[in-house]
Amino acid sequence: MKRYSALFIGMLLLANSCSRTQESAPLPKPTAFGAAIVESSGGKQFAQTGALLPQPVVVQVNDAQGSAVAGALVEFAGAPGVTFDPASGLSDSSGQVTTNVSLGGTAGRYQLTAATLDKSHKRVEVKIEEIALGYQETLGRHLNDQYCERCHNPESTVERVSNYDNLEVKPHPFTEGDTLNKMSDADLTAIISHGGPALNKSALMPAWGNTLSKSDIQALISYIRAVSDPPSRNAGPVYAKN
Amino acid sequence: MKEKFRSLWQKLFGDSVRAFGVVSLVFLASMAIAPAKNFFSEWRHYQHGYLSTIRNRSEANTLRRHFEGGIQQIWLPDLGVVDRCTSCHVGLKEASLADVATQPYRPHPVIPHKTEQFGCTVCHRGQGAATTVEEAHNSTLAWEQPILPAKYIESSCGECHRGSLPGTPQLNLGRNLLAREGCVHCHTVKLPDGSQMKATDDPPSLSHIADKTTREWIFAWLKDPQAYASTATMPNFKLSDDDLRDISAFLVANSTPLAGDTLTVSAKAASDPSAGGSLYGESFCASCHAVQNAAGNMVGGDVGPELTKVGTKVRPEWLQAWLRNPRVYDPETAMPHYRFNDAQVATLSGFLEAKTDSDLLSNVHLEAPTPEQIAHGKRLVSDYGCASCHEIAGIKKPENFAPELSRIGSKPITQLIFLPGMQHTLPDYIAGKIKQPRAFSPGLKMPQYTFTAAQIDALTTELLSLNDRSYTLPPSLAVAATHESDYQPAGKAGKLMTDLACFSCHRINGHGADMAPDLTWEGSSVQRDWLVQFLKNPGTLRPALIRRMPRFNFTDAEVNELTDYIMTVYQSPAVDRDSMPLNGYPQGQIELGRQLYYGKYSCQGCHIMDTKTDKGYIGPTLTHVGSRLTAAWIYQWMKNPQALRPGTIEPNRSMSDEDAQALTAFLVSQKGGGKQETAKK
Repeated sequence: MKRYSALFIGMLLLANSCSRTQESAPLPKPTAFGAAIVESSGGKQFAQTGALLPQPVVVQVNDAQGSAVAGALVEFAGAPGVTFDPASGLSDSSGQVTTNVSLGGTAGRYQLTAATLDKSHKRVEVKIEEIALGYQETLGRHLNDQYCERCHNPESTVERVSNYDNLEVKPHPFTEGDTLNKMSDADLTAIISHGGPALNKSALMPAWGNTLSKSDIQALISYIRAVSDPPSRNAGPVYAKN
Repeated sequence: MKEKFRSLWQKLFGDSVRAFGVVSLVFLASMAIAPAKNFFSEWRHYQHGYLSTIRNRSEANTLRRHFEGGIQQIWLPDLGVVDRCTSCHVGLKEASLADVATQPYRPHPVIPHKTEQFGCTVCHRGQGAATTVEEAHNSTLAWEQPILPAKYIESSCGECHRGSLPGTPQLNLGRNLLAREGCVHCHTVKLPDGSQMKATDDPPSLSHIADKTTREWIFAWLKDPQAYASTATMPNFKLSDDDLRDISAFLVANSTPLAGDTLTVSAKAASDPSAGGSLYGESFCASCHAVQNAAGNMVGGDVGPELTKVGTKVRPEWLQAWLRNPRVYDPETAMPHYRFNDAQVATLSGFLEAKTDSDLLSNVHLEAPTPEQIAHGKRLVSDYGCASCHEIAGIKKPENFAPELSRIGSKPITQLIFLPGMQHTLPDYIAGKIKQPRAFSPGLKMPQYTFTAAQIDALTTELLSLNDRSYTLPPSLAVAATHESDYQPAGKAGKLMTDLACFSCHRINGHGADMAPDLTWEGSSVQRDWLVQFLKNPGTLRPALIRRMPRFNFTDAEVNELTDYIMTVYQSPAVDRDSMPLNGYPQGQIELGRQLYYGKYSCQGCHIMDTKTDKGYIGPTLTHVGSRLTAAWIYQWMKNPQALRPGTIEPNRSMSDEDAQALTAFLVSQKGGGKQETAKK
């Protein structure tokens, strides 16, 4: 009997040593504690599934008076598949922690959490939403950049001066969910294919039906639905940590 | 113990009947193992889970009708695909399940391909024939390729599609970087179509480097290229100061003077201190060159090198010769020959020489080199493969300097040496190697690049696409890239166009860059008088553009040569320039055109016709369009802009002939008002 049990323990040990366990790096020790955590920048970005968000996510730890706290430990978390680089860190002299985020492999909305401990070691957290674009939405985004954005995006960049302010009737930015969510896919298809007058809207929106294919227009609508804020009706689940 | 065992034996096998009974029972039980294994299999568990997931949904009946139990399989002999993934991923085609968050029940996102045609593993990798979660997704002893991480999924598009696709920005970037960042100078990449990937960058020749810069600058540059220019593509070879001393000594000693590449103009620079900056701006140097401003932002293009600290680098006499005519030093340069006069050369070189960084060279003190140092420098230059990228007199370009990267996407994991703590997968290996090559062994020659995380992901994506499947694809599935044509204009005008580097910005007959309009059919499009005036003094057509046509100091003969060539050769067969008149349209038709312009087609959203009321920024300004474009071109453009210029963003309105004619009449009547008339007289 003894021999069997020795063999059994031996095998157990062998099995244990063969399995690779991932040890996570030890967390740095906080030197201070805040009272609140807020998002500084990097929320509501879009990136392709699995790809890095174009800008890092920055959160700030504040004390009860609202001034920045340095040396507080912030931990980031998200749905499985979301990665943070770094996944935790101490806030710098301006109270901020910066992390590079890549979203999971499924297209949709992701909720990230940044958490810190307050003086009584209670968790305080802030939720940050990001959007992962699938293949069709990426295609739509490409079409948006080429054809739509110069009028529909009021923001200018160095490379692309916005035409928004030049238009007598203002176009709807595609993130404007309050308006665009009220329009059905059929409405959007009609207005893109036949121009504004198809729905009694401004003729400044030209007809694109002879320039864009049906699948192009579908891709554009999927992009518009994906970036809509508040989210569209069929936006699907929000991926958050379990 | 022994007694017990004996009595048990007696009970079970004491006589033949007992033995028969027991053996039969054991036999029956072992027969039941297979069905039991099947009954408790993972896929059956997931199929049960699916049925209970859909039970309470409103469309449950439809979903149940689509559902097929049992192991599902997609078999594609041509591609070597046996994929049973759909046994567990049952809801792949059910768009209505978009709100379901749990795998394996989510529907597949919309893609242009059908699973029946391509299966799953062609894109996702993993073991298709497996029926357990572990075996299908992970690397096992019998199957090396695990599921491809989502961030590299575009690499699978690249197995068949060798050209750039609008839906795969990461793959496109990766291909671009592989060709542009110097990788293929050292690594051979044979593409699946048999061709070899060509580098798109053009590292400068070092044969005459001593004319251009100093040994001290070469030292500082090699020590840390990004310290001189943060946008530099030159990687860091992490050389010791002694090696830097010897390499810089060799390069300077090896350099031979080139006739005409140094010059001291006698003309004085303009006395106005802002004249240099104005000339830099007017010449649109920033279309190609970037300068870091006080706020730390890069302003300008990335076609030519960054100029933030150029004064610390180049010798003034070299810069003056270069500005006078860059083709003397580098006949292949993308920089146009601006035809600056001596005063302009002096002004501009003074402006650029003032862009210095005194810290860069302050710690570099080099003594005259010994012959041994120069010889050692030469050996280092050969050892590090400098001549793979740069032309260096006396040193041959090495063949196959670095390992070939064709089929790197199928490299067996057993042939790789991983770093401690690294995941043992091919994508992690490739990404790690690009990120920090010398971490794998300090003796490696591969230098340190300064890629961003997104660039490393993109490069890894492209390298993963160079796998066995892409090279053994059935020819019917391969989608070839459109190759850049090698079109060259002929004759005297052709020489002039090369001298002016027109193709650095414009595209003609499939050759050239896309910074400026495609000129393939320019001769059908514009009027001769306008083109002459434009070449002499390019005006602004598109108010929102920051990159514009620079002004060259042409002689009249040069302008005529160019204009004649463009007007005769760059003709579209679809546009007969002389088929429609430029004048004499009835007033009624012009008026109808105006109404269509401002009403039905609302062109003012994008174009400016009346500078007082219109503000559109997207298309060209149309105030002078009647003296710029031909009527036949305008008419055909109204009918179908993409037929004349594929990819143009002006929408095709599918106008009736009457509307197109009226708009043409209206547009042709816009000659630009009195100013233009008096200028002509």
